[in-house]
Amino acid sequence: MQISVRRNDKTTIFDFSGDIDFASSPVVRDSVLREIRESHTPRVAVNLSQVRYIDSSGVASLVEGLKASRDLGSRFILFGLSRPAREVLQLSRLIKVFEIYDNEEQAMDS
Amino acid sequence: MMLALYSNPKWLSVVRGTVERLTETLGFPIAQCRSITRAVDEALTNIVRHSYGNRLDQPIAMYFRSAQRRHDGQVQQGLEILLCDRGPAVDPCKLHGRSLDEIRPGGLGLHFIRQAMDTVEFTRKGPTNRLRLVKYLAQGNNAL
Repeated sequence: MQISVRRNDKTTIFDFSGDIDFASSPVVRDSVLREIRESHTPRVAVNLSQVRYIDSSGVASLVEGLKASRDLGSRFILFGLSRPAREVLQLSRLIKVFEIYDNEEQAMDS
Repeated sequence: MMLALYSNPKWLSVVRGTVERLTETLGFPIAQCRSITRAVDEALTNIVRHSYGNRLDQPIAMYFRSAQRRHDGQVQQGLEILLCDRGPAVDPCKLHGRSLDEIRPGGLGLHFIRQAMDTVEFTRKGPTNRLRLVKYLAQGNNAL
């Protein structure tokens, strides 16, 4: 799994690619939570378009990001969901819990 | 087919690749290949986390073999996957996924396993925890 981070004054975008599983999800969790809690970024967006696999621990990391954002009054956005990512969020019935956009442009315009 | 591995999460991706190719070869539809692979991955993760407490060097054995059942008067072929570990006995009462109505991290793995498989059975035999997962092919898919 690879992570790259892009920042501007109001938004941080995480580009995740590869497999988010029990081996790699702690890095996802720590990166997202640090950005929300320590950097206090008003909007954190997660690009899931290149995610080939995500397991329940990866989903749990996203839920933690969402909850941390809600606690601090910031926004936590997902966009560009790959088929595996969409499938898992649907299976867990979390698809409607997250703020989700088809692509980065829509996410940034929101 | 049999796989023997240690409880290091770095092997999860190797097992996923193996199970995905195996289920494709056996003729499961692509969506079921993904869901069976997910179920096995979640089951292995549970062993690493809960049975072995995240220790990396504990043994896990996986057995893959064909299964059969009679369904609607016809013989249905399937794949049986047996996952064995030597961790402490698991309390069967704890093998229930959480309600999906709760929005909180964790507890989804068992839900994914039960959604994917036709049979999910846990037994303890001597010092071994055994999780038996079976998925049957829909009628007409007989690549097994």
